[in-house]
Amino acid sequence: MRWVETRHGRRQREPGRPALRFTRRLRARRRGVSLRFEMRSTPQEKSADPGDRERPDESQLLAELRAGSEEAFAKLVVTYHSMLLRLARMYVSDRAIAEEVVQETWLGFLESLERFEGRSSIKTWIYRILINTAKKRRSKDRRSIPFSSLADTSGDRAETVDPDRFHGPNDRYPHTWRYPPSDWDTVPEHRLLSNETLAIVDRAIDDLPPAQREVITMRDVEGFTSEEVRNALGITDSNQRVLLHRARSKIRRALEMYFEEERV
Amino acid sequence: MNDAMTCRDLVELVTDYLEETIGATDRARFEQHLQGCEQCSIYLSQMRLTIRLTGRLTEETISEEAADELLHAFRSWKQRA
Repeated sequence: MRWVETRHGRRQREPGRPALRFTRRLRARRRGVSLRFEMRSTPQEKSADPGDRERPDESQLLAELRAGSEEAFAKLVVTYHSMLLRLARMYVSDRAIAEEVVQETWLGFLESLERFEGRSSIKTWIYRILINTAKKRRSKDRRSIPFSSLADTSGDRAETVDPDRFHGPNDRYPHTWRYPPSDWDTVPEHRLLSNETLAIVDRAIDDLPPAQREVITMRDVEGFTSEEVRNALGITDSNQRVLLHRARSKIRRALEMYFEEERV
Repeated sequence: MNDAMTCRDLVELVTDYLEETIGATDRARFEQHLQGCEQCSIYLSQMRLTIRLTGRLTEETISEEAADELLHAFRSWKQRA
């Protein structure tokens, strides 16, 4: 049962590094699930970011699904369920509702299976169904994000780095660092990779404006390519990049504050 | 001759640089700046590490009930098909 590690090649845990406590627990739970599905084989390793352009051939998997292979379906669920849940939670605030949205997404996927022609990857297809399903549900959830705001880059004037950290235009060395960043190489590895650090990242993502949260979750957490994000969200490449830039900059800032605190 | 890139300019271009969407001229200025500026090199590695850490956020899991429901759904879909 190695699929937890291999869902995304880039997220494989380095050997010798302790698995996170909660991951271990999830793994145990998932083992139960996969037995239930009678999964026998491990899914193929995927390349780091299988984009739409160079995606693996999915026709075999599709044929198996259409032939009613439970194993093929289980494989798909194992591969994408976590991603769908995380993404669904961006649209509906309540976890239970997000889980329902994901369940409905799977049912929608099954119903659309005959129509699916493989012009996009299965991943992009499922994600589109998720967005539509979430749209239907959002009216029932008062705290949910209006969809029109999702790809909106206006209204966020936050700087990449606080301008006060640079020398001013009339200083001796204009626009150079006044308060330079410190070297994170000096942060001990166990601190760097601790659950606490990951919790900081998680919280910082939660605090982002919706559009930035959406893009960074798809790109950096779930490993979508920029092309997949563009296709799924219907935004331009530069729009996508601006959102990603702002989001990453804020996560960096949150980490910086956290590591600085630790140093004192 | 191009003006040299400042630290303040560089931080704005980090994502374009990492995404490899930066133009050739800016790339050259960017890399030239990095060679002479340890502080910006540190900033760039902080960004790389930020991306790496974000990628380590743990997977959400599927509950057994949800998995059961899906399996049932798949079986009834199969029967209908």
